[in-house]
Amino acid sequence: MSNTDITSKTMDGMGPHGTKVGLLRVLGPAHVWALGVGIVLVGEYMGWNFAVGKGGAYAALIACWFAGILYTCVAMIDSEVTSTVAAAGGQYTQAKHIIGPLMAFNVGLYLVFAYTMLEAGNAITAGYLVSVVAGMTGYEGVLDQRPFIILVIMFLAWLNYRGVLATLTFNLVITAVAFVAIIVLFFATSGIVGDSIMNHAALMEGQAALPYGTLGILAAMHFGLWFYLGIEGTTQAAEEVRSPARALPFGTLAGIMTLLIAATLTWYICTGILPWEFLGDGVNGSVAPLFDAARLSGSTGLVWLLGFGTLFATLASANGCINDASRAWFSMGRDRYLPKWFGAVHPRYRTPYRSIIFLVPIALIFALGAPLDQVITFSILSGLLGYTFMPLNVIMFRRKWPLDSIKRGYEHPFHPLPAYVLLALCAITYVAVFLGYGTQLIAMILFYVVVSLWFHFWRYRFVNRGAQFTMPWPRPKGY
Amino acid sequence: METWNLIEYGAWGLSALFGLLIVVDWIKTDSTYSEDVLTSSREGELEAMSEERRG
Repeated sequence: MSNTDITSKTMDGMGPHGTKVGLLRVLGPAHVWALGVGIVLVGEYMGWNFAVGKGGAYAALIACWFAGILYTCVAMIDSEVTSTVAAAGGQYTQAKHIIGPLMAFNVGLYLVFAYTMLEAGNAITAGYLVSVVAGMTGYEGVLDQRPFIILVIMFLAWLNYRGVLATLTFNLVITAVAFVAIIVLFFATSGIVGDSIMNHAALMEGQAALPYGTLGILAAMHFGLWFYLGIEGTTQAAEEVRSPARALPFGTLAGIMTLLIAATLTWYICTGILPWEFLGDGVNGSVAPLFDAARLSGSTGLVWLLGFGTLFATLASANGCINDASRAWFSMGRDRYLPKWFGAVHPRYRTPYRSIIFLVPIALIFALGAPLDQVITFSILSGLLGYTFMPLNVIMFRRKWPLDSIKRGYEHPFHPLPAYVLLALCAITYVAVFLGYGTQLIAMILFYVVVSLWFHFWRYRFVNRGAQFTMPWPRPKGY
Repeated sequence: METWNLIEYGAWGLSALFGLLIVVDWIKTDSTYSEDVLTSSREGELEAMSEERRG
């Protein structure tokens, strides 16, 4: 056993190297929860219902459970590795320490693209929601959504620029409201409080049960990810939490439990109230299913609550995405994987301010110039590539540094079973994605091949190789 | 002019304001501090720094 102890209250295994201005360690487990759940919860409010369109209500439920297993594996694996590699950059930093520079470069880009695209998608959605509110209040003209899309990005970028504590406290409040809104809707419509308006038996009988058979279940997997996509983002807070060994596993695992509850309730509420043909059409049918369910309940209070829930979930997701994308970009700059300029920290607010600023115009370009489905698909595919890296990462981590060599803040159970399950579910999801978005999948993989070649043959010469391995771990087993 | 048109203009104005706040502070910060200070963050520094603050 080495003397490296991540669970120590006085020393977390990190040593000084001359930092004058660094990120501020002010966050607790609740902020970690708010970061992870905040990014994801918008998927419960909209997007997941495309799974119903692909295979019907039962297929969406099966996809919800399989994706739930996939993400539980992700959360457990992430909790173990990140509680040990407690630095900004999340999976990028894990890859750097455990696999190597080329993997780290790719994982860093997966993270930045996944979160920036998701931020753009959320801003587009927020603009759309404002136009819906305008319509509901009697406005008869065509509302220009652009100022609202830009305002969401600019306001949240400003908030992130000003400090991480305010940013994630804001996320904590609005995420909690959005989650409680789902719980309230469930109690109000299921018959537990008042009369039930659920009609599962009639809405799911006959052809409606599994309209496209088992192939529909496979196709639904793509959108089943939507229930949980982004929970792995908790790891980006690793350098800003007061106690990484405790807060990261606690916040991440509490987050996945919250999402499993929210996803199941969402499925139950929506499939019991809305016909599957309407629910499954997220463009011309039910754009925001929970909101539509609230409207059908006939309660004005529920309509307002779920309306705010939808907007808050969208803002929380965009906010968390700015936080995570900027930390990943910042970490890559700090290690010279990208220009050093990006590795700057604001001396007063203690945020990676240049990375936050740099990603604003990129998010704006995609939010204003690209269709929502393409933006979201690029985000999902980048996320999926990241999930494929995780099982390989944890298998190598356990081989190189067995449990008795480094003390973890959390040790995930049944290793290597979660890693193999995750790998298998990723393979199934690739097939599902290929069925619907084969061209985008191939184009994106080609993109990552090209940038990998650029990194290998050009950029790697600038990498600060001596300073990038900072964890005082013992020599890896077999080296 | 309808209320929603005014809200639209308000959103444009607020967007510009937040953008301006960021850019002004960015320029001020970059011109006040040296590049060595701003980019001095190193992975694995935090415990030492928080210990210093407590002291």
